[in-house]
Amino acid sequence: MTWSQIATQPWMLWRRQVAAILRLELKKSLFSKRAWWIYILTVGPVVITGMHSLFSGGSGGHTMGEDNMIFAGIFQVYFLRLGIFFGCLGIFSNLFRAEVLERTLHYYFMSPVRREVLAVSKYLAGLIAAITYFVGSVVLSYLFMCAHWGPVFQQYLFHGPGLHQLGWYALTAALACVGYGSVFLLTGVLYRNPMIPAAAVFVWENLNPFLPSLLKKFSIIFYLKSLCPVGEIPTDGPLAILATMTEPTPAWLAIPGLLLVSALILAYAAAKARKLEVSYSD
Amino acid sequence: MTPSQPPSHQPPATSHGERSEPTPRIVFDNVSRFYGEVLGVNRVNLSIGSGITSLVGPNGSGKTTLMNLMTGLIRPSRGTITVLGIPSGRPEELFRKMGYCTQFDAFPKGLTGYQFIYSFLLVHGMIESEAAKLTDEALQRVSMTEAADRPVAAYSKGMRQRIKLAQAIAHRPTVLVLDEPLNGLDPMARAETIAVFKQWGEEGRHVIVSSHILHEVDRISDQVILLSHGYVVAEGQIQGVRSEVKDQPMQILVRCDKPGLLASRLFEQDHVVEAKVNEDGRGLLVRTRDADSLYLLLNRIVLDNGLEVEAVAPADDDVNSVYQYLIGAEGGTT
Repeated sequence: MTWSQIATQPWMLWRRQVAAILRLELKKSLFSKRAWWIYILTVGPVVITGMHSLFSGGSGGHTMGEDNMIFAGIFQVYFLRLGIFFGCLGIFSNLFRAEVLERTLHYYFMSPVRREVLAVSKYLAGLIAAITYFVGSVVLSYLFMCAHWGPVFQQYLFHGPGLHQLGWYALTAALACVGYGSVFLLTGVLYRNPMIPAAAVFVWENLNPFLPSLLKKFSIIFYLKSLCPVGEIPTDGPLAILATMTEPTPAWLAIPGLLLVSALILAYAAAKARKLEVSYSD
Repeated sequence: MTPSQPPSHQPPATSHGERSEPTPRIVFDNVSRFYGEVLGVNRVNLSIGSGITSLVGPNGSGKTTLMNLMTGLIRPSRGTITVLGIPSGRPEELFRKMGYCTQFDAFPKGLTGYQFIYSFLLVHGMIESEAAKLTDEALQRVSMTEAADRPVAAYSKGMRQRIKLAQAIAHRPTVLVLDEPLNGLDPMARAETIAVFKQWGEEGRHVIVSSHILHEVDRISDQVILLSHGYVVAEGQIQGVRSEVKDQPMQILVRCDKPGLLASRLFEQDHVVEAKVNEDGRGLLVRTRDADSLYLLLNRIVLDNGLEVEAVAPADDDVNSVYQYLIGAEGGTT
């Protein structure tokens, strides 16, 4: 089949174009010198939980239930609010912005590809990279957190609620990448300096517990919090200000809700990408 | 200034003796582009046919803005642009038929010359074998086959220019837009590149070239568009544009055996402003306000005086002269 024949079948053409853009983008998103700090964000908790297992020995003076609660805290406070948030900021806002800085965006713009297809392809590349980093980090951290419990943990993992919990943590982390990814793709398309809108999003997400019920639904963290398998984390001490107090939303509502919000943001970003101009000197 | 010229290539007649559809054109309809309060181009009306068209003007005259508008990389503040009937805001259709070699000297990181061309052909949606074939063809056309497997980052300036050109032509576009394509090329590469442009122009494609190397542009252009401060000051075939510049006498070089005699006869005419005998004593440079009368008179002098004329040729209908006449010293042309 030749190019002119493929061009008459839009879905086949777009599929091929998405695959070609993914090939180019994945290399940049997964392996980049510029992303060194994202590697630290992902490796950091793995190293810390690994050291915890290493130095705790047997019970280490605490219970496995306490380890579980600590991990729930790490997940909600570190992964959702910091690690994945800032990791996605670095990955997704640079999908277009880094190419403007490097003066290479015009090569895509000079290809017969719909800007919407380009935006979705870049988003998918960023999503694959973010999920690889952060779901991988969450899974390893969870396993390392309780690894020192040995056979007890194995029993908990394979014959208790462990695997179910791990699955929900992984799914929640992946959905966080989906949600924050779409937000930061949009900020990267709309703003020359995405740090300012990112700071606004950060404040908005962390103000969530204090917002009226209706406004809470216009945030990513609202849906993510409802999906966490261990809902209660310690709310006293310095972490209290970061803890969300949202009413639990059932998963059947939270997952489609988050996907819908993300899809709407992505559609808006794709529409805005269509209006993008190449003006590197500005 | 001249109005838009007719297409340099007439549409071929059909087997029934009818004319086919008019040659598709690149049309700017009252296009303006502002960068904030700064003027990019203003009220541009153009209709560009096939063949080689050169955009000529000093830095900041609007050449790149015009090319970026044409290729949809930027949008007009006012007016519309269509390329072969396709609005410039539809890249998914436009770049099937168009290739653009920009001035930006930047490339995606970590790619070899081959991967650079091949990867973006895949982005077009091509299948792998077709992309590979076209990549080889494009590399061959710019004489870069041997360096194809080296990283683009390791290329010299001239090689980077050639690989950009290869990327622009790889999908065999009907319209090729080239922003300063001769920059950084050595004389041999320049000659080869110009030959490629000429061939493309002769094949009936649209080749739009911007260059400040006017004598090279002059050699290959079917028509020129002269720009100054964001305005189109003249367009058309260069000889036509020159003949419209009435306030500057034409310069005509006559190579003959008796330049002194010829000068004395010419000075009797009112329209002859100046006649200067060449240093080698075998020619006369004449400045006249009426070239047609001069040619008629020349015939008469040849018959009356048995003058032996080797050659008669206009000496200032090149782009550089016309540009200087129209825009003056501010042009700063090369």
